[in-house]
Amino acid sequence: MRTILFIIQKEFKQIMRNKGMLPIIFVLPLLQLLILSNAATFEVKNIQLSYVDYDKSTSSKELVDKFRASSYFAVLESFPSKKLADEAMEKGKVEVVLEIPLHFEKNLIKDKKADLAVYINAIDGAKAGVENVYVNQIVGQFNQNIMLKAFQQQGQMARPMQVTTIPSFWYNNTLNYKTYMVPGILVLLITMLTLFLSGMNIVREKEMGTLEQINVTPIKKHQFIIGKLFPFWVLGMVIMTIGLLISKFVFAVPLIGNIGLIYLFSSVYLLVILGMGLLISNYTDTQQQAMFIAWFFVVIFILMSGLFTPIESMPKWAQNITLFNPIRYFVEVIRMVMLKGSGFKDIYFQLIIISLYAVLMNGLAVLSYKKTN
Amino acid sequence: MEREKIIEVKDLTKSFGDFTAVKSITFDVYKGEIFGFLGANGAGKTTAMKMLIGISTPTSGSATVGGFNVFTQADLVKRNIGYMSQKFSMYDDLTIKENITFFGGIYGLSRKQIKEKIKQVLVELDLEQVANNLVGSLPLGWKQKLAFSVALLHEPKIVFLDEPTGGVDPITRRQFWELIYAEANKGTTIFVTTHYMDEAEYCNRVSIMVDGTIEALDTPKNLKEQFNVDSMNAVFLKLARNIE
Repeated sequence: MRTILFIIQKEFKQIMRNKGMLPIIFVLPLLQLLILSNAATFEVKNIQLSYVDYDKSTSSKELVDKFRASSYFAVLESFPSKKLADEAMEKGKVEVVLEIPLHFEKNLIKDKKADLAVYINAIDGAKAGVENVYVNQIVGQFNQNIMLKAFQQQGQMARPMQVTTIPSFWYNNTLNYKTYMVPGILVLLITMLTLFLSGMNIVREKEMGTLEQINVTPIKKHQFIIGKLFPFWVLGMVIMTIGLLISKFVFAVPLIGNIGLIYLFSSVYLLVILGMGLLISNYTDTQQQAMFIAWFFVVIFILMSGLFTPIESMPKWAQNITLFNPIRYFVEVIRMVMLKGSGFKDIYFQLIIISLYAVLMNGLAVLSYKKTN
Repeated sequence: MEREKIIEVKDLTKSFGDFTAVKSITFDVYKGEIFGFLGANGAGKTTAMKMLIGISTPTSGSATVGGFNVFTQADLVKRNIGYMSQKFSMYDDLTIKENITFFGGIYGLSRKQIKEKIKQVLVELDLEQVANNLVGSLPLGWKQKLAFSVALLHEPKIVFLDEPTGGVDPITRRQFWELIYAEANKGTTIFVTTHYMDEAEYCNRVSIMVDGTIEALDTPKNLKEQFNVDSMNAVFLKLARNIE
């Protein structure tokens, strides 16, 4: 125990002394949290929309006004012909082009239906999908009004049967993407920070030759590893705390559940990541190698965490891979607890998995750490 | 006079795949002597030494250090030896005091003992002025002397020095050897590798390794007589040339 304390003391001194690393440890992740949380949005706004109006009727103007009224669209000048509109799309000046054909109003009143062409730049498929939905919503509302008007003109008071869906979003009822993203991004940042720090740390001692000196001492493997990992565990918890404060006071992310559960889960989760870092440093000889391997895992973990793309929409084999992704469980848990107010029973399953993972990682790390060769 | 053997090595061998770095070496080191372990680069000195200090497992043979088997009692071996590597290995980003505290701590010294050791080392090496300076900021010669003192913190029976004076000036080397002598006079056994043949002259006994085997082992005086030359340098060259 005393030996471990001496190692911990030494590690903290080294961390605190490293004027280059301190800001990297404390400031960068929080800056990233502030920047990424504001930037990583799934909302599509300011869609550049233009139109070609061959009808030039009251209805066509009303339709365009509907788009003007929407905050999602920035309506540009109209084009005299479809050909010019195509050119503008080619040049990337417009995202969406609405083509209102001749006799649009006439058909609408006479046949109760009219065709409308919409052209969407689909280089970014996801964005195009969202734009399509927005266009449909606005046109749908417009159509409804127009039909209503038509009926009224004919003196009929009875309204046509209409089915509209009223979505009700639970747990994040304003669909505020920050509420959704901030906890997830916080998980990523903590993971990267602690993985890199622990992965680099022991390799650095290898590079400097101090590890050999340590290996000549009667220090026990577990003493060394605990002494090495504990300071980073503390760092991870501190960053976690600052991150939670930021999400509460800067992003106003609700914290419905018990914060203790988040800390319970993070304390085990950090052990997984630190064990992984240690494992990496055992199999590498230079900080460069360790960095690249750590990056390899981090990129896969992040992209397959369910943070940016829902796990449910991945192919089956990819879904199976995510079962081995610790970030996946933490993202799930932090969202469940913060946004949904889940209790211990709800995160029990994830907690068991992550605990087993922690035992496995650190077990492997201890086994692969060799004092002799 | 029958002297106490503190290191006993018999048929010690280390292979890395097809390459045998140390070929069945056998020798003894007596308590309290300064034992010079010489050899050209790549002759297997460092590999042999690493087996003796318990960070490399021998392929075959046997060795005891301080009465403990390097195969089965590596931890006890480590408790009883000090080691200073050719690559300077203290923490550059810690101060002198902090380094001594750390290494003293992991060897199990009490806080009080550590305090005394810090005082003692600082006085002996005349480093009181820079006690709170980072080790990284010290000149190499000071670092080496400090590393030697740190290797002795837990008062080991044997201290292994792997090219301790590499890259330092002749005056510092001289001072370093004075430290070695002072320590040997206290009864500590010194096992030292070096490339400097003048340093070999300071040793009680010298072994010369060539291509993984020990080609000569005796006092410098006897070796010079045996090869009929007047310096250890000449002995070394003769041996190395014979092999080629």
